[in-house]
Amino acid sequence: MLRLPPFRYVAPRTAGEAARILAGHGPEAMAVAGGTDLFPNMKRRQFTPRLLVGLRNLEGASGVQANGGLTVGALATLSAVAASPVVTARWPAVARSAGLVSSPPLRNAGTMGGNLCVDTRCNYYNQSESWRASIGYCMKKDGEVCLVAPGSDKCWALSSSDTAPVMIALGAEVTLVGPSGERRIAVSDLYGPDGIAYLTKRPEEVLTAIHVPDRSGWATTYRKVRRRGSIDFPVLGVAVAVRRGASRQVEEARIVLGAVHTAPVEAADAEEFLRGRPLDPETIEMAAGIAYKPAKPLDNADLAYAWRKRMARIEVARALREVAGLPTGDLPAIAS
Amino acid sequence: MGDPVAAVAALDEETAEEALKLVEVDYEAMPALMSIDEALQRPDARIHDYGPRGNVHKEVSFDFGDVEAGFAEADHVREDTFFFEGNTHLPMEQHAAVGSRGPDGKLTVWSSTQTPHYVHRALAKVLEMPAAHIRVIACPNGGGFGGKSDPFSHEIVVAKLSMKAGRPVKVTLSREEVFYCHRGRHPVAMWVKTGLKKDGTITAMHFRSVLDGGAYGSYGVASLYYTGALQTVTYRIPRYKFEGVRVFTNKPPCGPKRGHGTPQPRYALECHVDKFCHDLGLDPVRWRIENALSPGAITANQMQVRTIGLRECLERVVERSGFSSKRGRLGAGRGVGLAASAYISGAGLPIYWNAMPHSGVQIKVDRGGGVAVFCGSTDIGQGSDSVLAYVVAEELGILPEDIRVMTADTDLTPVDLGSYSSRVTLMTGNAALQAARRVREPIFAAAARKLGVPVDRLRAASRRIFDADEPSRSLSFAEAVVLAESEFGTLGSVGSYTPPRSIARWKGAGVGPTPTYSYSACVVELSADRETGIVRVDKVWIAHDVGRSINPLLVIGQVEGSVYMGLGEVLMEEQAFRKGRHKIPSMLDYKSPTTLEMPPVESILVETLDPEGPYGAKECGQGPLLPVIPAVANALFDALGVRIDEVPITPEKVVAALEGRLRGPRMPALTYPQTVVVPPLAPGAPAAPPAPAASPGGSR
Repeated sequence: MLRLPPFRYVAPRTAGEAARILAGHGPEAMAVAGGTDLFPNMKRRQFTPRLLVGLRNLEGASGVQANGGLTVGALATLSAVAASPVVTARWPAVARSAGLVSSPPLRNAGTMGGNLCVDTRCNYYNQSESWRASIGYCMKKDGEVCLVAPGSDKCWALSSSDTAPVMIALGAEVTLVGPSGERRIAVSDLYGPDGIAYLTKRPEEVLTAIHVPDRSGWATTYRKVRRRGSIDFPVLGVAVAVRRGASRQVEEARIVLGAVHTAPVEAADAEEFLRGRPLDPETIEMAAGIAYKPAKPLDNADLAYAWRKRMARIEVARALREVAGLPTGDLPAIAS
Repeated sequence: MGDPVAAVAALDEETAEEALKLVEVDYEAMPALMSIDEALQRPDARIHDYGPRGNVHKEVSFDFGDVEAGFAEADHVREDTFFFEGNTHLPMEQHAAVGSRGPDGKLTVWSSTQTPHYVHRALAKVLEMPAAHIRVIACPNGGGFGGKSDPFSHEIVVAKLSMKAGRPVKVTLSREEVFYCHRGRHPVAMWVKTGLKKDGTITAMHFRSVLDGGAYGSYGVASLYYTGALQTVTYRIPRYKFEGVRVFTNKPPCGPKRGHGTPQPRYALECHVDKFCHDLGLDPVRWRIENALSPGAITANQMQVRTIGLRECLERVVERSGFSSKRGRLGAGRGVGLAASAYISGAGLPIYWNAMPHSGVQIKVDRGGGVAVFCGSTDIGQGSDSVLAYVVAEELGILPEDIRVMTADTDLTPVDLGSYSSRVTLMTGNAALQAARRVREPIFAAAARKLGVPVDRLRAASRRIFDADEPSRSLSFAEAVVLAESEFGTLGSVGSYTPPRSIARWKGAGVGPTPTYSYSACVVELSADRETGIVRVDKVWIAHDVGRSINPLLVIGQVEGSVYMGLGEVLMEEQAFRKGRHKIPSMLDYKSPTTLEMPPVESILVETLDPEGPYGAKECGQGPLLPVIPAVANALFDALGVRIDEVPITPEKVVAALEGRLRGPRMPALTYPQTVVVPPLAPGAPAAPPAPAASPGGSR
């Protein structure tokens, strides 16, 4: 059996207090929201915090509020957001990405803030302590080299959040509460330079809310590739948001790829290419051919990495066709 | 990586784990041989010091008739090469065992095993203790699928450490450790060559298989024989040659998994059949039906077919699915595929040579009308305890809920060899039938006297015994029991079952014979995405010749479960290794379908009422897996026009095939052993038992 290492648990009622506890204990403390990723990792000894700061009791951090924009409390569960009528109606890509995370029991426990901050993944890293010991560990935990790219001086663990690409495509921001005040940053600025320093959020900062601007007039979607639709992490996520003018030409486009790099990747060249063009099949193919290039899948996740790279082009094209109202090319639903 | 080396018992797991870190082991580094090719290329780096040469564990070659003459007279000869990647059982429950020595000095081991009798024997041997002082109790299993058939290190460890510590000792494997225990599906490279007449009549077949056995023997000798044994029991193959080699590699050991050694060759064979039908312009349904064996057939390798529902399975599954009107007509990216198969209803021989029954049942009747049934069989979720109750209730005319079934306890229950080889319903069913009829005799005798009715007119049902001609003349079962015990003394009986002797007499013929074969036929309809290579199975129809369905709910559960497992094997599952380690030893990363990936399944039960089975029943726990895998491959060809001769069929392979850059599998370079020419059976020769050395696993 794999057992959790011993730890102490506190559950403060305010984010400021949580941040102060985290700051006071340094690397010995970690925050936990739903725990769906942290607890399995603790069992495998990726983390052995002496103190867990539970966020479930934070006041006012689990609601969903829509005025002009949308504010999602970081503690809102993924299922609550996926099922929220207002989110489904006005920010459908947000609801869709939340509803595609893992499985129903884990969505009932897992939170929006947790998914944005979910640890990067690598099948040299997400292994038991004894497995990692046998191979000499990797640089993300206890070792020196990146086992998937031994010549690399950085860690290549994959960003595996489903909601992050969507939040970036929609221009969302997050509130981070520290020991002495709070700040608000764009989700696109939340992610760091490699698979270890994958968040720019300081360890003691607590993510309390996600702010999504009003995106009426935009067509948005999120598409996810994984082996099993029932439970798996993404091996590719594609978020697309497009605003077209009266002439049906693209005025603004956002294309963000997930699970193909250490952070979500914005396909800026393809976005620029689309500006001023119609969303017709030829343009879409050309845009997809540009968009998939920054994807850098390696042999550290499910399915062959060359195929995953190929899929980035296919899925960007399908996502753009979907928002353009064209046939996506997906397999038709089974007639029953 | 993953081989048990040392064990520590402590008061709690944390202490035991800390203590384990203090164990120092000196290892001599050896090359990691992680594939058949690597193992064959390094005969100097022997993994074990037995086997004929290098890293070859076992090699066999048999010629049943002159295949070269058969190829010479053929109008068409086709050769194909296939590869089947290894995969694992993935039971929901990890293996666990508890050992405890009682104040009487006797040892009890509770274990999640499928084979308490074999564990009992192994413990007596390893611990050098009298078997009479060891009790093995198999707990109800959370799934086995063959993966709990070997006696395991952890079972020996709990026994030994509990005796040393004087306290109960428990081991529960982690999920990762279950991947290392393995004993799952062998990776097998296969080559098949078939000669045919223009009309599709087979003149000869030559089949080769090379197995990646992993680091230990397990039941690998039997696995090896099984990759050559059952090709012959579906269609007419007048001449047959089989060559097989099992090699050791440094991976978790392979062994028996649902279908034991037969899903790999069946995948190869059924794809090969579709390919030669395509070559010759023959209809794959008609070919299979016309070439199906007849009841009573004796095959080239001397396997005896009794009842055979193969034709009916094919006809019904084709009719229900609309296969013939769909094939080639579903449009781009959609297709249907067909395959058929056979499996044993229990192995003809035990894994150690003996002349005793394979299954025993004991019955005790209580004065209140309750009946206790004792049997060594092990319920691993398939419902074998229920089958015992159904059979005894049927014979005694009482209800299953009046029966208490006690199973899988070597102190309390007569030996049953275990829940493997799809043997339990047929063998324990027959043993229970015999025991129930024996204990019914005194009860009916007493009832006949009381009612003044001849015994042969008595019937029993709904807890009453009555005159068939005048049902109002009756008494309750419980009254009859009291009368019988008053007259004859304590009521009890035993029954047992031993399979009929095989007619096959060549050395090696211990694998393949069975009381009777089950048959299955499957149609798969699927959609395939030409751009991504993703394959989605839309529906499965499967017909299974179960002989007689004793409980249709349980039978369909087994059939659907087999479909599920087959779909996982053909589309997802593989034991992948990298840098000498299992790449993905977790249930999240080792991809196996969940219920949400499962398509609708229509099961059709075909009943052939086999004379050898209890009420005619055959197996259903393993056979229905076999046709699913080739049916998917054949359907993919219908959908996209490409052949993937290697499972699992992953999206990247489909894309590569569509782009003409998929390199097909090839056979490892090796020499096969000298062929043993098996003379045909002399007509009318008396059947003799095969040589003991042929027993599966006997020389592991």
